[in-house]
Amino acid sequence: MHLTTSDSASVTESETAVGNALTAKTAPPRNAAPALPDEPLVKIRPSKSSVALDLRDLWAYRELLYFLTWRDLKVRYKQTALGVAWAIIQPLFTMLIFTLFFGRLAGIPSDRVPYPVFVYAGLLLWTFFANAVTNSGNSLVGNANLLTKVYFPRMIIPGAAVAAGLVDFFIAFVILVGLMIYYGVSVTWSVMLLPVLVTLTTLLALGVGMWMSALNVKYRDIRYALPFVIQLWMFISPVIYPSSFVPQKWRWVLALNPLTGIIEGFRASLLGQKAFDWVSLGISAAITLVMLVYAAYTFRQMERSFADIV
Amino acid sequence: MKPIIKVQNLSKQYSIGAAEAPYATFRETISGILRAPLKRLRGNGRVKDETIWALRDVSFEVEPGEVVGIIGRNGAGKSTLLKILSRITEPTIGAVDLYGRVASLLEVGTGFHPELTGRENTYLNGAILGMSRIEIERKFDEIVAFAEIAKFLDTPVKRYSSGMYVRLAFAVAAHLEPEILIVDEVLAVGDAAFQKKCLGKMEDVAKHGRTVLFVSHNMPAVKTLCSRALLLDAGSMVLDGGVDHIVDTYLRVGTDQIARTGIIPEDAPRTCGTGEVRFRSVQLTDRAGTDVSQLYLGQPFRVSLTFEALKEIREALIDVTVVALDGTRVAYASTIDGGNPPIRIPPGLHTIEMDMDVVLLPREYTFAVGIHHSTGTTIELIERALDFTVLRVAQNGGDSYRWPTVWGYVRPSSRWYARELFPNALTTGVRGAQDQIVGGNNGTS
Repeated sequence: MHLTTSDSASVTESETAVGNALTAKTAPPRNAAPALPDEPLVKIRPSKSSVALDLRDLWAYRELLYFLTWRDLKVRYKQTALGVAWAIIQPLFTMLIFTLFFGRLAGIPSDRVPYPVFVYAGLLLWTFFANAVTNSGNSLVGNANLLTKVYFPRMIIPGAAVAAGLVDFFIAFVILVGLMIYYGVSVTWSVMLLPVLVTLTTLLALGVGMWMSALNVKYRDIRYALPFVIQLWMFISPVIYPSSFVPQKWRWVLALNPLTGIIEGFRASLLGQKAFDWVSLGISAAITLVMLVYAAYTFRQMERSFADIV
Repeated sequence: MKPIIKVQNLSKQYSIGAAEAPYATFRETISGILRAPLKRLRGNGRVKDETIWALRDVSFEVEPGEVVGIIGRNGAGKSTLLKILSRITEPTIGAVDLYGRVASLLEVGTGFHPELTGRENTYLNGAILGMSRIEIERKFDEIVAFAEIAKFLDTPVKRYSSGMYVRLAFAVAAHLEPEILIVDEVLAVGDAAFQKKCLGKMEDVAKHGRTVLFVSHNMPAVKTLCSRALLLDAGSMVLDGGVDHIVDTYLRVGTDQIARTGIIPEDAPRTCGTGEVRFRSVQLTDRAGTDVSQLYLGQPFRVSLTFEALKEIREALIDVTVVALDGTRVAYASTIDGGNPPIRIPPGLHTIEMDMDVVLLPREYTFAVGIHHSTGTTIELIERALDFTVLRVAQNGGDSYRWPTVWGYVRPSSRWYARELFPNALTTGVRGAQDQIVGGNNGTS
């Protein structure tokens, strides 16, 4: 009997097919390893009370943002007969119903612009905002499997949900252009401000969505509260009515809603039916910024426990 | 060589409450806030959550190119360790430094979406695992070929067979090119043929000088792939060393029988004893004083006993018995052996060390330790103070116990004479067996 001294205990083992699959064990060639950096690429420590935003990490994962956005869009319209048309159908039919009830029957004023154009412009922005907040608010919980299995900056998940909403927004925007042509609404130079307003909406949606998504991981109440809050939020935003519809002495309350300045500004820049309310827009921008910073901070704070509690 | 992974005193604490209700609700939080101060007012201010340490003070280093298997029972902390190294969850205490790009594969097909096609999922999964789009494009054909799903590339994966699904998912992951690859039990899936292919792929990865941490319950796979293994139990690292020894130890013993600390608690099970002296700890070390939990075949060892005497014992003796885990008492040594007089134990804490020269055959053993009056009355007796394992090989690798069935418990010193049967023999007194064995108290010196 030939005896080897190395691995005697394997005599006792009943090796499975897998074990036999590879005949000889090869020692890794140590010299093939790349030279190591002096400083660790990744340092893992228990985090202190405050955490930096780490924009560099976010930037490194920008492609993942793209892929998750793309996935959200792909999945949303997979195996639907109408596909992307749903991005249009939602605001379009809401506009038709609102035009009938609020425009015709209730006679809500619309700043001298045909009510369908007026309400669609508002609904367009509102639908984007509402969907973005709802989807990103549920995004972390919906992607629990990713949270517990892979590392990447978690902000990408609510971020992708907002980005996917933005794509829908642009698709539905085409209808608005059509409506404006149909009703002969001409654009002025103020349309240049449109990108700013869309950006502001996106940031606000990101802020609220990110905050909600983080809270949702810990408190599932958010899942039930969010649709309800969003529904109420629409009625306190000048979507179906102009802010001039509200009595002067209550208008400042309305302006505290960051969407007031944004939606009013959006209409003003696109339809040019009235002057910009810079004050209201300034309030919106300020609240958006505060919201975003606060949300990012809270998110980073809560992020560390996501994988443990989701 | 400089390590690529450096783990220092890593610990992770979970609250057990979280296991029952993974998420709180506002109501609970609010009622908690309201109740907490009341509790404090009532004076029984124990508002602490019950917590467990999923990982406790784990330290190790891995050099570039090493393939390290991490083994242990379910709940031993393997996955928690991988999750911390993958930055999915944070440690409670401790530090990790990684000197390379990390990719972790804690699950096959993370992020796969059933509605998306194979092609789409390849891109998505690749991106989730940290590949760039260009990288995925470059490797796309290779991935598809590896997964053997070329025909179904444009079919949603929800229509895939589970085998196809796993093949594609693994194929994507297998084409990651990080410097450090962390893999958790992914080979448990798929059929044998594909498992074989996966193992081959992982071996390739290791050959290219990449560092791999590999968790698996598939011991032959661990043995095949890894050069080194870490054994975890109840969150602590029990053993670290060559993969064969550790896997064998794990397979034969099961970690639950390895007493790790040798710390004797106040309420340790005692069947007899007057209790004037209490053992505090039992330690097994090599002759240099380094703690060991396993002995190489023939390795000399030392037993250190720490005990506390509550009052003076005028005439006492202390003994240590090596007991095989089948209950057989194998070797006994006491302080009065060889005609030594009884010892006097003053009150207080004492440590006594004992070198035992006995070649134990590969098995699992425990130490029974006792303190008795010289009259024979037992003062303190711990029948299972510290478990340890004797390995099948000698420290220098030159000697080993080769047979699956272990006959007997100890190897006596022996001398064999028959010059013509020993081709290498130079003298008449050929010592075919181990010549370093010299009996101490076992009567063969």
